[in-house]
Amino acid sequence: MLLVKNGRVLDPASGTDVVLDILLDSDRIAQVAPAINAPGAEVLDASGLIVAPGFIDLHCHLREPGEEYKETIETGTRAAARGGFTAVCCMPNTKPVNDNASVTRSIIERASAAGSVRVWPVGAASLGSKGEALAEIAAMKSAGIVAVSDDGRPIASAKLLRQVMDYCQSLGLPVIDHCEDASLSAGGVMREGPTSVRMGLRGIPACAESIAVARGVQIAALTGGRFHVAHLSCRESLDQVRAAKAKGLRVTCEVTPHHFTLTDEHVTGYDTRFKMNPPLASREDRDALIAGLADGSVDCIATDHAPHDAASKDVEFDKAPFGITGFETVLALALGKLVHTNRIGLMRMVELFTIGPARILGITRSVAPGELADLTLFSADHEWTFRAADSASKSRNTPFDNAAFSGGPMATIIAGKIVWRR
Amino acid sequence: MSHRFRNLLGIEPLTREDIAFILEQSRPFQEIQRHPLKKLATLRGKSVVLAFFESSTRTRISFGTAASRLGADSMNLQAESSSLRKGESLIDTVKTLDAMKPDCLVMRHSSSGAPHFVQQHLEIPVINAGDGTHAHPTQALLDALTILDRKGCLDNLNVTIIGDILHSRVARSNIQLLGKFGARFTLCGPAMWLPRELETLAPPGSSIRRVSTIEDAVRDADVVMVLRVQQERLHEPALPLDDYILLYQLTPERLRLAPPGAIVMHPGPMIRGLEIDPAVADCPQSCILEQVTNGLAVRMALLFLLIGGSHEDAKDVLHAAR
Repeated sequence: MLLVKNGRVLDPASGTDVVLDILLDSDRIAQVAPAINAPGAEVLDASGLIVAPGFIDLHCHLREPGEEYKETIETGTRAAARGGFTAVCCMPNTKPVNDNASVTRSIIERASAAGSVRVWPVGAASLGSKGEALAEIAAMKSAGIVAVSDDGRPIASAKLLRQVMDYCQSLGLPVIDHCEDASLSAGGVMREGPTSVRMGLRGIPACAESIAVARGVQIAALTGGRFHVAHLSCRESLDQVRAAKAKGLRVTCEVTPHHFTLTDEHVTGYDTRFKMNPPLASREDRDALIAGLADGSVDCIATDHAPHDAASKDVEFDKAPFGITGFETVLALALGKLVHTNRIGLMRMVELFTIGPARILGITRSVAPGELADLTLFSADHEWTFRAADSASKSRNTPFDNAAFSGGPMATIIAGKIVWRR
Repeated sequence: MSHRFRNLLGIEPLTREDIAFILEQSRPFQEIQRHPLKKLATLRGKSVVLAFFESSTRTRISFGTAASRLGADSMNLQAESSSLRKGESLIDTVKTLDAMKPDCLVMRHSSSGAPHFVQQHLEIPVINAGDGTHAHPTQALLDALTILDRKGCLDNLNVTIIGDILHSRVARSNIQLLGKFGARFTLCGPAMWLPRELETLAPPGSSIRRVSTIEDAVRDADVVMVLRVQQERLHEPALPLDDYILLYQLTPERLRLAPPGAIVMHPGPMIRGLEIDPAVADCPQSCILEQVTNGLAVRMALLFLLIGGSHEDAKDVLHAAR
């Protein structure tokens, strides 16, 4: 039994925003009430802190199996716990690709043996994510996948996307697409615009993303399937998602912390820590994403945590792999760039980390009796500095090294146990 | 007074005064090229690494000759024999070269920003001899010296650049340099090589306009720069060669639309009959070979300034050259 006392409970599912005690009995919430008396229970004093349902990250790369020199399930989930996450969805672009039930099972077994947080694998849509034959999605679902995606690359053709969306509808799985028209983006290393032209770096036009979003939205209309846009990065894509929602289509999207924080202008020093895909967008796009986070068009914040070893990133800009780490800085960035700037309220921010992703996965998240005993405790205002060298991740590829933050994670509770505490 | 730059990665960080200083320092080295005996001992005992990760003939030979005429030794790394072919990372290759204790690294690389990246790991000066589609600062300096010789002044020129501007490091560096002196640029070429964003490259006090016909582009030009057509780019997406010649080749008829004093420049290598009519390449307005000779002078000046040291030394060299 764990008693979380005196925290300000923010529960988007019920709209609750009051100071309450929460009693956790093994993996379920037993009681939520003012001043609970539970003799014998371990007590966690949450005075001055915010207590939210456990955060979910819909998009990360744990690199295991196959690239354990970049990250493992053990190190990645430890970083996730330090970021306040209680569950993370890991993308299938491992080596081998998670395109069959035995890989799915091995990830889940490894996570239960060595993981700090819940690991919910995303299965590949096509065999080897090659865009040809369907992967064994039903078998993977029995093994525990929560969604499908060929992330790392787009689902190769409109026809395949249609098949996958049809098939996944019968299986009750969302289809997540890395939206990118590969013919438009080929060879590109940053967003096309004044900065790419100045720096002589090959640009990727924003429409390389929005054209693929339009494809997915129209196939969602055709099939009635659940279509989720991964790491949406530009205004035009967001407008398409908005229009799809207005039509009642089952279309959702996520935004990463770097896309609502940084712009292509940050690439100026050829620093590969600012290289990711989709690339950092223009100011107008960044501002449009913030507006979408505020008005409800964006469903969730996802990190796209993409660890890379130092040697892979310490190269010429155009030769470096795409991706940055994200678990440990995302909450502080959301507080700093969205809440403290009064663009969104705390409740909306919590929604973006909890019931936002939960709805996409078709599950509930709430601080209520009978719900999972997963909680995220954070402070909205303590001063701290993130140091990449102290990260729990194996990798250091973050542009936010030495960033000073106001507010961040304080404790992560999963199945009634404190898995990390600041 | 010592100059304030330690590397030459691009033109952008230089002030007008820096540029004028480098060009002035190049003067005595221009004279040396006319001497029967061209070799100095100024940098005797010094060594320069010429790391050309992307193949190059003229720039590599120009830097090698510049080093040699200053009395320095050069160590050559060429793309074909590069350890990069064996899978070594750029940074390991450069650190290996640095461990041989050179006094300067001259570097060309096909990746934009590669010299900026390498420089962060080195103590010795780095000279960018061309990085990807980003910058070619020594070309811009030798072009400026050539313009100065012909025009007497760098201020407020009408400069027309014709060709694949989007992928041209020469164009970018020239825009940065001449833009600092108030140039009004006219860029001309096929639309896919002439994106609107190019207009944002203009330094304060300069302007950039894009025009689609070469006749409009040359009309008020003081300087016409013809860029090399990179044939590999013609295929992306395909632009028929004949169309390029029809629309953008600098012919005598088109050059006649420019003021009589207009000069014609080309960074080389030049393909006669493609981007430039042979009659234009060889006409009195053309200063293509002067550019090559001035390249030696500018590169000698830069090697001297970055390796050799102070302004006072520079005066000695000036004196010696006379």
